[in-house]
Amino acid sequence: MPSVVSIQHVSKIFSDGFKALDGVDLEIKDSEILALLGPNGAGKTTLISIICGISSLTTGKIQVGGYDVESQYRKAREMIGLVPQEIALEPFETVMNSIRFSRGLFGKPKNEDYLDEVLKTLSLYDKKNARVITLSGGMKRRLLIAKALAHEPKILFLDEPTAGVDVELRKDMWQTIKKLKRKGVTTILTTHYIEEAEAIADRIGVINKGHILLVEDKVALMARMGKKKIYIDLTKPVIEIPKELSHYSLELIKGGLAFSYTYDTKSERTGITSLLNDLQSAGLKMRDVQTQQSSLEDIFVGLVEEKVK
Amino acid sequence: MNYRAIKAIYTFEMSRFFRTLLQSFLSPVLSTCLYFVVFGTAIGSRMESVDGVDYGAFIVPGLIMLSVMTQSISNASFGIYFPKFIGTVYELLSAPISFLEIVIGYVGAAMTKSLFIGLVILGTAFLFIDLDIQYPIAMILFLLLTCLSFSLLGFIIGIWAGSFEQLNLVPMLVVTPLVFLGGSFYSISMLPPIWQTVTLFNPVVYLISGFRWAFFGQADVAIGISLWAIGFFTLVCLVVIWWIFKTGWRIRT
Repeated sequence: MPSVVSIQHVSKIFSDGFKALDGVDLEIKDSEILALLGPNGAGKTTLISIICGISSLTTGKIQVGGYDVESQYRKAREMIGLVPQEIALEPFETVMNSIRFSRGLFGKPKNEDYLDEVLKTLSLYDKKNARVITLSGGMKRRLLIAKALAHEPKILFLDEPTAGVDVELRKDMWQTIKKLKRKGVTTILTTHYIEEAEAIADRIGVINKGHILLVEDKVALMARMGKKKIYIDLTKPVIEIPKELSHYSLELIKGGLAFSYTYDTKSERTGITSLLNDLQSAGLKMRDVQTQQSSLEDIFVGLVEEKVK
Repeated sequence: MNYRAIKAIYTFEMSRFFRTLLQSFLSPVLSTCLYFVVFGTAIGSRMESVDGVDYGAFIVPGLIMLSVMTQSISNASFGIYFPKFIGTVYELLSAPISFLEIVIGYVGAAMTKSLFIGLVILGTAFLFIDLDIQYPIAMILFLLLTCLSFSLLGFIIGIWAGSFEQLNLVPMLVVTPLVFLGGSFYSISMLPPIWQTVTLFNPVVYLISGFRWAFFGQADVAIGISLWAIGFFTLVCLVVIWWIFKTGWRIRT
């Protein structure tokens, strides 16, 4: 799949000397949903701001659709829609005028039918003549997306679009993003919510302290780095781990009524079969066995901690 | 040139003006009436004519300039400061538009508003006094140039300002005194020689003088110098704005 955004060795040093990005390389594929995960101050917003033209880069090169974001900024920016992190809207304008303004800024001819369609997709059509100040927080968030879509962008940047948004609206937004993907829009979203990335992203990028730690297909990442845990419930409680089982890294839980055993899914020998055999040899009777896949959050925390070490 | 972007900015700015049309219209009409009552009738009736022009008529160009300059600054500075304040400036910065297009949109709207107010004041003046404008085309041109140059200055102030207090600081502490001391209500020939010389360092003198020339065919300074001064001032403002967008000063991190 060809890259629609190409980021090469990009660094950003602010005037106070703070290095927000340090040699970032990233290729974003056409029509994908890329979730950029990272803690506060990792450089997510700075990276988006540079791509969209709000901030300038110190060194490196960024191309959008093959156009350089600095020397060919008009062509590059025409392709981009940006939903900022903060709710930033002209409060006294109407919803329709607000999105008309956004479309006009990008040099697109008037197209009321398209704008109506955008408002319908985002469940804002009945508010088209309402003043922005009268909208609820969730509606304002959706209006920001409508403004970003007003000029029919090929690439959509969403900077923490669901921060402070209730669960229902968050899921609505995920549906909207998935709809856009079906229409061929490439979406890059930054988020704190691992659950969000897990739910909608095709690929996950992890950024911390201005460095991209990894970018990988979500499913492959979880398979590669995901660990599984097996929980073995016993019929009778034990006081300590029997000697026969001491070479397994077992953890005694539930007041001695269960063991937990963590294993690597990519390992050739997981040790599960021998563990179950040894449990029987030690005279322990099992009541139930369950397994649990580690979440993206565990992977993310593990990655960030690993780099800190 | 992204004409649609210019139109979008201009229309968006003008819609704010139309939302407060009553206030935009009534405020200059009321203040002009008060000026005519206080200066034209109460004080003016005790004054002789100035350079052969009735005092009531003499103050009309100064009154128009006073409002046009302050309104141009206030409209243009608010126009660009407000998006910065509420955060919507991100849209301008991420759109495929150049600094020139942004300036044309915002300054064009600010100019239109102050031109409207200038014409409203002129219309109000006709209710109080007999006015005979000798060079109407030159008067309109001077008015347009003043709207343009002071809207550009306002745009710079709007970008520079980091708070509403700063937004009002320059107009209040610099522009208003310059306008009042620039011959709005008197001819600089009425001042002692030393103050006449000092006054010539006030750029507003040249604008008011040139504008008054268009009304009465006479001025404190030669019309050519007035035109040169306003042209130079406009050029300085344009260079500063070009530098602001080139460096991203106060708008781009």
